[in-house]
Amino acid sequence: MSERLVIIGNGMAPGRMLEHLLEQAPGRYAVTIFNAEPRVNYDRIMLSPVLSGEKAYEEIIIHGDGWYIANNITLYKGHKIVAIDRAAKTVTSDHGVTEPYDKLVIATGSVPFIIPVPGHDLPGVLTYRDLDDVQAMMLAAQSRAKAVVIGGGLLGLEAAAGLNAQGMDVTVLHVMPTLMERQLDPAAGYLLQRAVEQRGIKVITKANTQAITGNGKVGQVELADGTIIPATLVVMAVGIRPNSALAKEAGIAVNRGIVVDAGMRSNDPDIYALGECAEVNGQVYGLVAPLYEMARVAASQLAGNEAAAFVHMDTPTKLKVTGIDLFSLGDFAEGEDRQEIVLRDAAAGVYKRLVLKDDRIIGTVLYGETADGAWFNDLKKKQTDISEMRDTLIFGQSYQGGAPLDPMAAVAALPDDAEICGCNGVCKGKITGAITAKGLASLDDVRAHTKASASCGSCTGLVEKLMVLTIGDKYNPAAVQPMCGCTTLGHDEVRRLIIAKRLKTIPAVMQELEWTTSCGCAKCRPALNYYLVCDWPDDYADDYQSRFINERVHANIQKDGTYSVVPRMWGGVTNAAELRAIADVVDKFEIPMVKVTGGQRIDMLGIRKEDLPAVWADLGQAGFVSGHAYAKGLRTVKTCVGSDWCRFGTQDSTGLGIRIEKFMWGSWTPAKVKMAVSGCPRNCAEATCKDVGVICVDSGYEIHFAGAAGLDIKGTEVLGLVKTEDEALEHIVALTQMYREQGRYLERIYKWAKRIGIPEIKRQIMDDGDKRKAYYERFVFSQKFAQVDPWSERVSGKDKHEFRPMASVGFAQAAE
Amino acid sequence: MNWISIGSLSDIPRRGARCVATPEGKIAVFRTQDDQVYAIDDHCPHKGGPLSQGIVHGTAVTCPLHNWVISLETGKALGADEGAVRTIPVRVEGERLFIALEALASRAA
Repeated sequence: MSERLVIIGNGMAPGRMLEHLLEQAPGRYAVTIFNAEPRVNYDRIMLSPVLSGEKAYEEIIIHGDGWYIANNITLYKGHKIVAIDRAAKTVTSDHGVTEPYDKLVIATGSVPFIIPVPGHDLPGVLTYRDLDDVQAMMLAAQSRAKAVVIGGGLLGLEAAAGLNAQGMDVTVLHVMPTLMERQLDPAAGYLLQRAVEQRGIKVITKANTQAITGNGKVGQVELADGTIIPATLVVMAVGIRPNSALAKEAGIAVNRGIVVDAGMRSNDPDIYALGECAEVNGQVYGLVAPLYEMARVAASQLAGNEAAAFVHMDTPTKLKVTGIDLFSLGDFAEGEDRQEIVLRDAAAGVYKRLVLKDDRIIGTVLYGETADGAWFNDLKKKQTDISEMRDTLIFGQSYQGGAPLDPMAAVAALPDDAEICGCNGVCKGKITGAITAKGLASLDDVRAHTKASASCGSCTGLVEKLMVLTIGDKYNPAAVQPMCGCTTLGHDEVRRLIIAKRLKTIPAVMQELEWTTSCGCAKCRPALNYYLVCDWPDDYADDYQSRFINERVHANIQKDGTYSVVPRMWGGVTNAAELRAIADVVDKFEIPMVKVTGGQRIDMLGIRKEDLPAVWADLGQAGFVSGHAYAKGLRTVKTCVGSDWCRFGTQDSTGLGIRIEKFMWGSWTPAKVKMAVSGCPRNCAEATCKDVGVICVDSGYEIHFAGAAGLDIKGTEVLGLVKTEDEALEHIVALTQMYREQGRYLERIYKWAKRIGIPEIKRQIMDDGDKRKAYYERFVFSQKFAQVDPWSERVSGKDKHEFRPMASVGFAQAAE
Repeated sequence: MNWISIGSLSDIPRRGARCVATPEGKIAVFRTQDDQVYAIDDHCPHKGGPLSQGIVHGTAVTCPLHNWVISLETGKALGADEGAVRTIPVRVEGERLFIALEALASRAA
């Protein structure tokens, strides 16, 4: 019979402890976890990227539901433990569950400190602690109104940056003269304040909050000096205190936190505590590295190794705000026995300061350029005598060998015990050892086996360099394929950041996402142009110079530099007047070739560019508009004659096809979209190899998608059956909008669907009515700006420079 | 050198091109993001694609037919491709643009 281990709290520290315990003593304990939060274990460090929109909640989950099942762990979600009965050795939750234990681990974490000013309990005052807080902030941010963040420390600044990224007007109030004064000296604090202000965040230091006032909810914040700041949201991020009330009520020794020995054991030998609620040697901890160390110690103790002991460690602080590089470690107060080395480069925004005592580093502050943080940390940890390299120490590791080393050599030169991952305390030797011993070839493998770069991710670059050093070419660093040579970001990251940072022009994207070229290339520019057209339909001005020639002149370029023109024939239906007009145009402009296309249209080939506006003018007279045969957009809806004519037809397939085409024409998509509607399962319109197809049946409309009949051949997947034409249209439009928002440029629907997964698409479009409606409405909104016939615009003179030469020269001489 | 006026800078969109018709074929005149002007034959060394119709990035253009990238400064294909197109001297006087006709004549001779 295994012993019963009960854990109160399901944060990162107990999660890590269980990983160690399952490794060291598998099967020894029957584990039960009570989590006051209604969810699994997620990476709390990454809440800031979730708030700023750079990551999704799903991406920061550490242990999914499957992990608990696979390891036979019972997890009570949303159960808060309200009592510990030490005599009976049981715990009881607020839902009335009582669970006996042999060993109990308390990991209740911390609670945010609330300044007890008047109004602190008004609706609209939030703290920044868990996912619920983040979701509440994101909801409040939708109003794009004003927010005040009280607290200019790590958490407060991350909250401010996140709310700013969500479009709010943010003011940070900080009671001290400079930001992050516990981690930064005043000079670095000043640089940080300037960088924060450059993002449009206001900062007020020496700000003493006196009251939060408002009519039933937050309206403004009042400072002691009389300043009044309007706000609809107030985030308190002034600090945390250990959450030890439960332990105290149970009679366990509590000081600032739950008092434990170096083995993480409280004064009750069967009860352990770890994480932010625990106090070891008079110290409480809030950064992840020491908490993970506690987890390691507690697991060893529970596995029977009583020698395992926690040792105090200094941990570097890093700010997780995209674009601000900051590193701080150790003690940097001034003192008579201390010396300092300072490097300032105001233009580049770089500030570095080393505090020395007896020729040894005791403190480091790096701002703007933090690559040498690991090296300085190593020198400090080992108490290395730096007198020999003192003159060049501040320039970093690269300068210690005379000529600057390349970054790869700098990593190669690090000793095996140099710490690479600060969050998880993983050194270089452990990483390279695991790569070799276990044949690891991907970043995810290394994260799984060593935990390096698995928490905040700021050491990912270093880990990747180690992989290259260890296995050379076998490591493929591009786990995410970059969009093109101008960036290291993949399409999905770029799309997410365009929304998260509200980037609305191509230069803004290139600037903010640190493009390496001045104005991109022929790969990224059309992609960015599409993403901006799709994401900001009302704000973005289409950049024609970033479109491929076909979309710039609304015709298809041919191998000889002439163009082909395809007028729209709704659903493939035409008549005598239209055909006569086409015949006249063909004669008048001596068009050499007329051909029927696979999408039931008529194509006129070999038209000189100069003639295009005149051709369109004549076609326009007959009522034709552009057929968008050149567009990464809706091309054609092919139909059969359906119930109007066909003896087998079950529904009006021609009518539905025309309706879809009239609703959706003009929309831009990641790649071309071809559709078809067949009136019965005989499928004469060949709907089952289209991007989107409909098969009409007696009971309604079967919607298909993700077919292909080009480079790849693939039958469609069935999205679902709907009863009415209206429903069919709504589902098709919503599906297309989902693809528009998620597809990578030039990625056809079938490839997108394979990447996202058919069940997920069905879930969002068929099962989730609210999601479907929201997609539908966003499509309808964007169509307001997209449904303009580009041909008639150009007949009226738009872009006329496109269609005529700038000048003609040399002809007179030739004639002589 | 015989400089012939072909129009003004504002006739060409930034990161774009216009053509100048000559008896020997079209010349493509490019304007970069930072208002530098270059002229090359409108004829890709690969399969004769009209370079004036390509996407302009930095001081290069990508041919619309098969994505060769041609340097506007040297006329040479960049990357792994090999080939070159003739460059034509350009002079910018304020807003006015001129190309050197002698370059044309010498080729005709």
